Amino acid sequence: MPGNLSQDGYLSLDELESAPGVPAHDRMRRGPVAVVECVQEIPCNPCEAACPHHAIQVGTPITNCPVLDAEKCTGCGLCVTQCPGLAIFVVDLSRSGETAAVTLPYEYLPLPEAGELVDVVDRSGEVVGRGRVLRAATTPASDRTAAVTVEVAREHGMHVRGIRRKEVDGNGHDR
Amino acid sequence: MSVVDVLVVGAGPAGLAAGIEVAKRGGRVCVVDRNLEPGGQLIKQIHKFFGSREHHAGVRGVDIAVELLEEARALGVTLRLGWEVFAIRPGHAVDIVQAVADDTTGSAGNAPTESFDARSVVLAAGAEENALRFEGWTLAGVMGAGAAQTLINVWRVRPGKRVLMVGAGNVGLIVSYQLLQAGVTVAAIIEAAPRIGGYGVHAAKIRRAGVPILTSHTILRAEGVECVEGAVVAQVDGTWCPIEGTERRFEVDVICVAVGLHPNTRLASLAGCRLVFSPALGGWVPLHNAVLETTVPGIYVAGDAAGIEEASTALEEGRLAGIAAYERLRDVDAEGHAEIAAIQRRLDDLRGGPFCGGIRAAKSALQTAGETPCPAT
Repeated sequence: MPGNLSQDGYLSLDELESAPGVPAHDRMRRGPVAVVECVQEIPCNPCEAACPHHAIQVGTPITNCPVLDAEKCTGCGLCVTQCPGLAIFVVDLSRSGETAAVTLPYEYLPLPEAGELVDVVDRSGEVVGRGRVLRAATTPASDRTAAVTVEVAREHGMHVRGIRRKEVDGNGHDR
Repeated sequence: MSVVDVLVVGAGPAGLAAGIEVAKRGGRVCVVDRNLEPGGQLIKQIHKFFGSREHHAGVRGVDIAVELLEEARALGVTLRLGWEVFAIRPGHAVDIVQAVADDTTGSAGNAPTESFDARSVVLAAGAEENALRFEGWTLAGVMGAGAAQTLINVWRVRPGKRVLMVGAGNVGLIVSYQLLQAGVTVAAIIEAAPRIGGYGVHAAKIRRAGVPILTSHTILRAEGVECVEGAVVAQVDGTWCPIEGTERRFEVDVICVAVGLHPNTRLASLAGCRLVFSPALGGWVPLHNAVLETTVPGIYVAGDAAGIEEASTALEEGRLAGIAAYERLRDVDAEGHAEIAAIQRRLDDLRGGPFCGGIRAAKSALQTAGETPCPAT
């Protein structure tokens, strides 16, 4: 398991490029799609059952990395809250204007509200800009993991993987 | 003296699963746990579990504990909570003592005891955290990551305001995340090895929360008068020695130690089970065969007590030990053999992949050795 993930704790862009769960650029531009940032062979497969369109395949053995069939994926986001590793995001680069929408799993309370402006952070936790929360919701099936959709600058669509709110998300209140 | 078919020590995932399998087959089974609340470590695992559907994947550990408990109770498993096993005598006579007094019992030192005549015993007493010695390690505020996790998730008490986590295995990463969820700041995670030992997805979610992970770093000392006021860390070289001039001080009031676990082998040792040393499994571990029987016939091990792994494998081992411990009393039928084989297959699957290579090899070596009967002295 060479590379950034086991060294720094997050995926490098190179690692993402070769991940079987990350869609190709042309698919990303066509509409919302899941980005499965799971590249280590760990025994886990709830994402496979979470997808109503059978777009995510793990198969046997259970340590296979999830493979995304980006053509089947509708970007519905049901997988986002089902991944125990919080490693699936939905990215929409097809929006008009200069924005992208990123849906991410979120497990801090209280939840943000629609319209709230938040700092948005990349995989390393660096603040890359501001974003506007479009939706934040849990469902009975998501079992207390919220899916938060945040509108960010388009060039940050493949970089923003978290939000930072003062007084809420752990280290936010201390810095 | 109460007579049971199987006495299980420990009401965590392995012990409850063992109890469930015995009860399902109509056996009389008693599960003893020193804690008043059953579930073992599951009760503080607020994160969703990995694994597959049959391992409750995607369900939070604390909810798995509830499911297991309900199933055990519905099947008529007897639970003795707040009681501790203090002796296993030849012939599987097991003595227990009330470890946690309820409101109606007298003072300590006069605790009631009871004895069981068990036909088989399953040891599923889990693991203990490894300690780490450094200057200042006895100051208040230095604690195991498990203790911090119990404080926040069971008792809802923050251990402090700012934490330094020592160890980037899955325990260090998961507890760091849960500390953040509880509103505690994690100043950094340090890891002596050059790589993060835990799963990348656990590391990724705390990195994006703004927590640095410093690999090749060790703790030099805790600073403070009566309690922790700071921690000094340093980078280590290829021989694990601190590099002069790389010291860094973190202003923290808690230092969490997450440097691994070792199997709880006290009862196995007491019962005369042969122990072997296996670094990949966390240290000394009772030698056991493929159905988890130790070198003392009729005494089985399961879960972390049989080698450090995680809850999904503990559940499967518990099931396996429960079936084997009960079925040895009769002739195992074809259905029993098929079930045992299915569990062994699932265990193999869970131990697949690069993270479990060491465990896979160690378990296999152990079980090969365990097939040869050894004198139990």
